[in-house]
Amino acid sequence: MARTLIHVPPSVRRGEPFEVRTTIAHPMETGYRPDENGRVLPRDIVTRLQCTLDGALVFSADLYPAIAANPYVAFQVRAERSGELRITWEGDKGFSQTETVAVRVE
Amino acid sequence: MTVFDPQRRHALALGTGLAASLVVRPGTAATGDLAAAIATFTGGRTPEPGRVRLDISTLVENGNAVPVTLSVDDGIALPQLRSLALFNERNPQRDVARFRFGPASGRAWAATRIRLATSQKLVAVALLEDGSAFSHTVDVVVTLAACIE
Repeated sequence: MARTLIHVPPSVRRGEPFEVRTTIAHPMETGYRPDENGRVLPRDIVTRLQCTLDGALVFSADLYPAIAANPYVAFQVRAERSGELRITWEGDKGFSQTETVAVRVE
Repeated sequence: MTVFDPQRRHALALGTGLAASLVVRPGTAATGDLAAAIATFTGGRTPEPGRVRLDISTLVENGNAVPVTLSVDDGIALPQLRSLALFNERNPQRDVARFRFGPASGRAWAATRIRLATSQKLVAVALLEDGSAFSHTVDVVVTLAACIE
């Protein structure tokens, strides 16, 4: 399991957009770099990030090799009630990881 | 053998697709194909400048992780926006990222960190549901390139 960081404000206001910041530890090997023997290292990147709030799709990102290592993606979410944000990363070599974080609407 | 084998069918389809991508690859990897990559995204339409914003430092010291922010004008409501994408001119591949926003998304806004191989143009493109497209182009100077080697 890769290490992830998800930042959500401790509490948010109903209907007001708030920022969600995510990072996942991943080398994002581009598929263009040779190793010390001159062989090109195969591509190994996170290709997709998806975020749902109580099952409804909020945001998705398709990522390409130009995204820096340990991909950081931030976006905004608006919640009408407290719920659960579920963030899924998918990538090459069958990479898949899902993390959940609670959103508290006051 | 008259039994239909879905796995074999799948393998055949995969093989054909792979062959096609191998043939296409050299063309799309050439420089100066930025417009072509954008046209593929917009469905052939040339985007008009404006209504979308790309925030990036124009002088980049380290190309390995360059913060970028994409957003659209408040005049574009979320349901009107189909996708927001970022393209580059001189990395090995034109595509950088594509974002989509659902109804529960607060705003058409996204931030990430990208790699830049050299000084080049970056183009943010917003594609609307009615098929129209808007862009914002920024020229950036990179002093330390992202390591290709």
